[in-house]
This record gives sequence, C-alpha cells and structure tokens, in this order.
Amino acid sequence: MNQPTSNGVSRRTFLAAGAGAVLIVGIAAAAKRFRIFASAADAEAGRLNAWVMIDADGSVVITTHRAEMGQGAYSVVPQIVAEELDVDYDSVRIVVADGDNDRYGNQVTGGSSTVRSGINALLVAGATARDLLVRAAAEQWAVPAEQCRAERGVVYHDASKRSAPYGALVAVAASLKPNDKPPLKAKAQYKVIGQSVKRRDIPSKVNGSATYGIDFRLPGMRFAVVERSPRFEGRVKSFDASKAKAVPGVTDVVKVERDVFGHAREGVAVVATSTWAAMQGRKVLTVEWDDSGIAAVDSVALRSRLQQATQESGLEHKAQGNLTAALGADALDVLYETPYQAHACMEPLNCTAHVTTDRAEIWGPIQGPDWVRSHLAAALKLPMDKVTVHMTMLGGGFGRKAFMDYPHEAAMLSRAIGTPVQVVWTREDDLTAGPFRPGMTYRCRGDVTDGRVSGLEVVMAGQNMDRQEPTSKATANANVVEGLPEQWMSRIPAWRFADVHVPTPVPVMWWRSVYSSTNAFAFESFFDELARAANADPLDFRKANLDDARVSALLDRLAEVSGWRDRKPGAGYGMSLTYCFESYAAHVVKVARAAGGGVRIEKVWTVLDCGLAVNPDTIKSQIEGSIVMALGAAITHEMTFVDGRAAASNFDRYPMPKLADVPPIEAHVMASDAAPGGAGEPALPGVAPALANAIFDLTGRRHRAMLIPVSGV
Amino acid sequence: MPIAFSVNGTPRESGDAPETPLLWVLRDTLGLTGTKYGCGIAQCGACTVHIDGQAQRSCAVPVSTVQGKDVVTIEALSADPRGKALQEAWVAHQVPQCGYCQSGFLMAATDLLKATPQPTDAQIERALTNICRCGTQPRMKAAIRDAAAAIAGGAA
Repeated sequence: MNQPTSNGVSRRTFLAAGAGAVLIVGIAAAAKRFRIFASAADAEAGRLNAWVMIDADGSVVITTHRAEMGQGAYSVVPQIVAEELDVDYDSVRIVVADGDNDRYGNQVTGGSSTVRSGINALLVAGATARDLLVRAAAEQWAVPAEQCRAERGVVYHDASKRSAPYGALVAVAASLKPNDKPPLKAKAQYKVIGQSVKRRDIPSKVNGSATYGIDFRLPGMRFAVVERSPRFEGRVKSFDASKAKAVPGVTDVVKVERDVFGHAREGVAVVATSTWAAMQGRKVLTVEWDDSGIAAVDSVALRSRLQQATQESGLEHKAQGNLTAALGADALDVLYETPYQAHACMEPLNCTAHVTTDRAEIWGPIQGPDWVRSHLAAALKLPMDKVTVHMTMLGGGFGRKAFMDYPHEAAMLSRAIGTPVQVVWTREDDLTAGPFRPGMTYRCRGDVTDGRVSGLEVVMAGQNMDRQEPTSKATANANVVEGLPEQWMSRIPAWRFADVHVPTPVPVMWWRSVYSSTNAFAFESFFDELARAANADPLDFRKANLDDARVSALLDRLAEVSGWRDRKPGAGYGMSLTYCFESYAAHVVKVARAAGGGVRIEKVWTVLDCGLAVNPDTIKSQIEGSIVMALGAAITHEMTFVDGRAAASNFDRYPMPKLADVPPIEAHVMASDAAPGGAGEPALPGVAPALANAIFDLTGRRHRAMLIPVSGV
Repeated sequence: MPIAFSVNGTPRESGDAPETPLLWVLRDTLGLTGTKYGCGIAQCGACTVHIDGQAQRSCAVPVSTVQGKDVVTIEALSADPRGKALQEAWVAHQVPQCGYCQSGFLMAATDLLKATPQPTDAQIERALTNICRCGTQPRMKAAIRDAAAAIAGGAA
C-alpha cells in the first residue's frame, strides 16, 4: 500500500525506488534466523521481518510494524531500532508494515505491548545491522572488527583515523553472514532510548494530511452504510430497498454479514457514490428483523442479576489458605458495581475493501493487521499471500479496532458488489453495536488483623469475554486478578478469586486496560475500606502490606509529588495502587466541596513505574489520556440497555469530557532500568477508585457503584 | 444548478443536493479529507471549518447556504498567522494523540484567538467545546496559551 507516513514514504515506494544495494536485516518470527538480501526484490520475495533498510546513499529506513493510534508506535519502534543501529534518529525515514505475522511476529497493537513485548527483537534487529556494517568496514580496512566502532551512521577506526558512512559499507555488509547474537549496548550507553524525541506522526495531524481509514480513497470506490440489527442478534426477515434505490447516488442495496465472535450477524448495506447519499438511502430503507429467541437485555434487570450472581461461589480461578478462619465476624462484605462502556473512538469504525475472485486488499484503522489477514484468508477462502491488509492511521482504537467484524463486513460487501467499497459506521452505529466493555459486579469480603489484610475473597459477576464464541468452554475467568499487584498474593494468608459468567446478547470485549478497568475499582476501593477499618493511612497501609522495594519507592514518590504527608484528614485526598500490563501506577485524587453543592475534582497526581521509559514525554501523554478516559468512565459514561438495545446513540447522550471538564493533571514517570512495562493503559484503572476514596475522605460517603457523582472540576 | 463557493481561496462548484452537509461535499466531492466526520449532529466539532472567517461545524451546514462564501479548511490553516502559530505550538507541546479531532480544535482555536487574542483559561474552556477522546485537553490549553503569547510577541 502507499500509506503515507509523515515523510510521505511508503514501504513499497521505498523499495521500488531503492536502486542499488539495499541491506535488509530482519528477524524471521518463526525461524528466528537472520538473512541478508542484496536487492529489494529479494526482500519482497523473502519471508522475513525486516525492520532495517539502508540504501547505497546511506538513507536509513526503519519499518514500524505496530498500529499508530496516538500512543506513538510509529516513533517508538524506530527509536528502539535506531538506538542499536547507532544512527541519528531525526534522519531516519519510517515506513509502515502491512499485516504479516511471518515477517514481524504478533502485530496486534493491544495490551500495551508494543515496547514491552517487542523491545528485545527490535534491539537485536538494530544491533545486527550495526554489527554487519562494522565488520564490513573492518574487512575493507583489514583491521580487527573490535577496533572499529559505529556512531551516528558512520563506522570509525580511530587508530588509523579512517571512517566510512553506512551507505558506503552496505554492499560489503550485505555479503557477510549476520551474527544472530550481536553485542548489545548497556542501558547506560543509550542515547536515543530515554529521550523524549518528537513523534513522527504529529506534523501530519496538525495540517489535515494524516490519512485515517475514513480518508482512504481508491479510484471507482463506492461508499456504504449498513443497517444492522438494533438487538445485536437479530436476523434479516425481509427488507424493502425500493425507496433507497431511488435516492440519487445509491447503486446497490444488499444483505451483508459480519463475524462477531464466531457468529454471523446480518445487516443490509446501502451502497452509493458518496457517504451522504448512502446515508440518505439508508433513511428510507425498511428492514424487518426477526428477533425471535433473543433475550431483550435490560440494564435494570441485569443489575439485579449481577448482584445476585455475586452471592454464588462461582467458578474458582484460584485460592489459598483457610478463608473461613481468616474472615472474622466483623469482616467487610460489600459489592462494587461498574457500568458497560463504549469505546467511542473519535474516528468511527470504517474499512475499505477491494475483493476480487482471486485476491483481497484491505485498508483501514486496524489494530491487528496480521489477525485481519488470517481471518479474511479463511473467510474468503483465499491463500494468505492473496490477502493484503494495510494499516492506515487510527483515530482512536482502545481495543475496539482489534476485532474482525468491520473488515469482515467490508470484504464481504466488496465481493458482493464487485467494486472497491468503504463501509462507514455512523456515530450511532459505532456507539450502539458494541462490543462494549462489560459492566462487572464484585462481591469483596475481607478482614484485617494488626494492620495486615488477613483474608480476601473476590467473586466477580458479569460477561466473560472469552465465553462468547459458539465453541467457548465454561472455564473460570483468570482475568479476575487483573489489576492487582501480585505481591498481595504472597502477603495475604488466605484468598479466593472466582467468577460467575452472566451471558447476555450484548457483545463485549477489550476496552482500554480490559478487566483491570473494572477490577481495580473493586480492589482499590476495598483496600481503602480495609485500611480505614484498620485505622491506617491508606498509602502506608499498602506500603506495609506489600512490603516491596519497588512499590515503596513508587508510593513514596507519589506522596512527595502530591503532598500526601502534609494533608489534613478529611481534606479530600484518595489514592490507589494498581498493576496492569507489567507496570505499576499510583494515583492521588484531591476533591473539594463544590460551590453549588456536591464535590469537584481539584487535581490528579499520577506516578507510573513502567520500567525502562523509551520516550518519557509520550508516556506522560498516555498517562494524561488514561486519566481523562478513566474520569469519563467513572463520572459520566454508562452504556445502558433498554428493551434489548443500547440506549445512548450519539455524543448528546454519551457526552465526552470537554476542556472545562478536565482537572489539572500532574503526570510523573519513574526512572527505572527494569524491563519495560506497558504505557498506554496502566494509568487508567486506578483513577476511579482514587476518586471514590477521595470522596469518602471528604464526605464519609462511600461510592461503591459507578457512576460516581461529581459536579465539576 | 451547481453551488459555487470558494474553498481555501480556490473557486469550487458542488453539484451535490443542496441539503448535503458541507462536510461531505468537502470530503467526498472535493477530496479535502482533513475535515473529519465525528458525530453528524454538531456535538464533537471534528468537522469545524471557517465560513467567511467564522468557525462552524460543517456537518450541520447545508452546502446550499455557503453559496458565494469563503470556506477555509485545515489544509489551508497555515496561511492564517494565528493558525500557523497554533500549529507550531501544537507540535511543540506534542498535543495530538490519535489526532482525529485535532483539525477541528485547531480551526476553533484559531477563531478564538481572532476574537480574543489573549484568552484566559476560562475563555478557552468556554470557547472550545469540541470533543477529544484521547485526553489531549491539558496540552491543548497550554499550547493555546503559548500560541497567543507567540503571536503577541511577534506583533510587538
């Protein structure tokens, strides 16, 4: 594809233009071996993960294989490779990979995984290329390679004062056998990693030139909108297209399917020469739905069901110790409730597909291009090498754009009508179709003895995301412990974690920070309640119970930046500590009484320990974004269901925080040499409980159910 | 009869139905995709453009009403010194995350600085009612303050 990057170069354009010797180094995901290619054609024919290319004029091009949805993947992947390659980061050109699991390994941009699960391979990719270039120079100069060094795109032999730029060494380097265990730098030597280098995608995002999925255009492309079942599982009984087809611009009205967790869901597509014409055609389309056998989910009834379900013992994930003995007569026994949430990405779902009899090409805001590729190869019965999936820029993702349904639907529609087509979901479609974050309810029982948690039982009730497919097994939900710092497991003598799966017709799935986003509200509210029961300072209570140097350092920093130790009791401070995707996050929220009644948020302080911080400023952006999204979820956003349908269909009924709704935020990143953890999500789960804990501190009122009433900032 | 108006200084014509929102004419007919569709009900502001110098949400503006008017979109914002200063401040503060809403915010912020060259935080919050899902609001406020200062400095 020719997905433009900030410098307007695509992978294909570069390869096509890359005359002369091209050095390509990659890591084959399956074979884990390295190969060198002397030409661009070889590279394209090969089955490698290729991150590094250096052409004869010395231009360095680094491929990014993960999706850019605002978290900095287009910048942080090259930043890591550039470190070991030893090139000037600002001079590097960046290209975006298509979906290719064999070449790049897992490309699903989720679970805050781009750095934490990718860094080792990316460092090795850079180092292997550098090692080849150094050895090429040594060979040319007939000196030992150990006497040569690389710096900013040049190899030096200091003793003889000789030097050669990478471009001049490429031809020789390409003929050498790569070392698959190249020497790696010590962290203290890092010059690019750890720097807040500017993001490469940002210039294109201030002048309108960034191409999102919805901006993609092909010659002869049609636009389509789809009427889908308002009750999620409805089947098309009949439809009348006569009026729709009379709308100027409308070309086709056809039934189309999409895959939702292994279930075929039906819709009727209105295809036209423009998006607006398709929307007008849809307004006069009539579809009769067959809803027989579908439970009409209702949020009021569902809430009672979830509350009751928490009283069951549930499917046990794990347990230890004698819980009955550990929980005394005065043990706390409370429920926490969290609502369903929509992802509400600013770019509504969309996908462009061009499917012919023997191949398929897809362009869209896609978090998992390799997944989409293998899914569509199977769905369209095409060989994998006939399916190409291109990532455009993503206008938000948050988990929603990791699913197959919208590319599946676009591909099926293109095949049905025989032209390229862009399916655009209206805001109403996007908000009401799901999958949603499931609303989970938790029964927490616990006790404290001498300031220590002596017993803890958590029974989580709600939809298990992993039990939606026709083939799903009735297993316990291991994600019931997500969000909990694992030190609790060795410090609490007796505990038990279980879940009760309460199925509904509502599709549910990953929403930024996944189960942590709801679990942490229960855990961190409950630990606050236990700390109060033990007459302990909530922050010191966690410090003492967890007894862990890394956690203590984080909490001390939090106390320092937030003024925790100087606060007055009852002044409206609440805190939390969570662990999500291998990072620790600690928050303090400060609330005060609002002039017109109620409480308002004065400030949020967050300290994140995500281990090695590759780009601290980008991480701070992610902290800020996580806090704003978490506050919306805690205070404002609740997707309710009435008569089987999602009730809020647009931003008038699902209002996003405006500038005036965002409190002052202070984000800090711990300096650390620990292995990198996630950055895009871990600062989200702890915000809601810190807010609830702050309100308790101020008012003595414990909010155990979101939404939490806040009157302003 | 086609509707004639100017877009970014160039005369353009639209043969779309008169009630078609300007947003879709810009995006689908004229190929200017920097102006974004976010909600279609003038709630989010992602589609904000300038019509005769005023910020408006183009999803709620029928194209027939811009006959003879001057429309400016994000693609030409840098020609406005305020817009350019804001774009530079946006980069300096690394404001955008996903970036989808940012065109609209920049168009709205430019309009704000025209009417109120040195806005207070309260004025910024009142004027910019656009929606951002990524949580770039704190950086936007800082960038607007910096841009306002830069413009004042340049003028002095």
